[in-house]
Amino acid sequence: MTLFTISVTIENKPGISDPEGETILNDLVLKGTYKTVSKIKTAKMLKFAIKEKDKTTAETKIRKICDDLRIYNPMVSKITINVI
Amino acid sequence: MKVGVVVFPGSNCDRDMFHVLTDVFNLDAQYFWHEKGLPKNIDAVVLPGGFSYGDRLRAGIIAAHSPIIKDIQKLAEKGVPILGVCNGFQILVESGLLPGVLLKNNSLKFMCQWTNLIVENNNTPFTCQFKLKEKIPIPIANGEGRYFVDDNTLKKLKQKNQIVFRYEKVVNGSSDKIAGVCNEDGNVVGMMPHPERAVESEINPIDNKPSSLIFESLLNTIGVEN
Repeated sequence: MTLFTISVTIENKPGISDPEGETILNDLVLKGTYKTVSKIKTAKMLKFAIKEKDKTTAETKIRKICDDLRIYNPMVSKITINVI
Repeated sequence: MKVGVVVFPGSNCDRDMFHVLTDVFNLDAQYFWHEKGLPKNIDAVVLPGGFSYGDRLRAGIIAAHSPIIKDIQKLAEKGVPILGVCNGFQILVESGLLPGVLLKNNSLKFMCQWTNLIVENNNTPFTCQFKLKEKIPIPIANGEGRYFVDDNTLKKLKQKNQIVFRYEKVVNGSSDKIAGVCNEDGNVVGMMPHPERAVESEINPIDNKPSSLIFESLLNTIGVEN
């Protein structure tokens, strides 16, 4: 068994408004000198430490945990899983 | 006639709800800790407001996995009236008992103010004493109160008459100004505003009678004379 660190990023699906990201963009970044930024999206990231026999098993297990326990709400959010 | 008030770690409107049920409406209410079961012969269940588990991960999601939710699901299937207020609504949504999701208010602020609701469905155990389109002055107090559903779900909610309350005006960016919904059978109702903070004239500067009809509807449904 190997210990894997896996990150799960939860972010809004396209089309779901992200008022926090819009505020950071419009009221902070674009008010300064950084005019080339066109979009900011906020997200929540969870970092899991998990012991499994290989990388694929670990990743599959994390996806199952996220789906089973509704770690993200599929109506508005999507997840991206990365093995670090 | 017994009404259960479910208590989660972080519930903070449970005692207000208990007070209103017992002292104002003379109901026999009882607290139920979220790790305990509910009696099968209970007449109604209320999930009060608060911040279960400190809103960690997402408002209501951790409480939605509490052991008591399985009993609430069984009672819901049997047609027992179930009301979720504020965090209680969030828990009902996250446990799949009601459709949709509650997101951060568009203002990103915790909103604590009086609003007006419009009754859109007077065929539930909590609204049967209202006239359709009746106005209810009532306070909201939430940070994640923006009800959201996708277009298909919204269409279904309209078709099946599951929109129970709308805000009179745009308050927080909710889909179609929705403030409260019910399940398809109508016995499970969730609402963001706080009726338990509005039924007594001492603390309602506008009109306490409309909010009272939410509890009078329940009394009427479960067969208790007030």
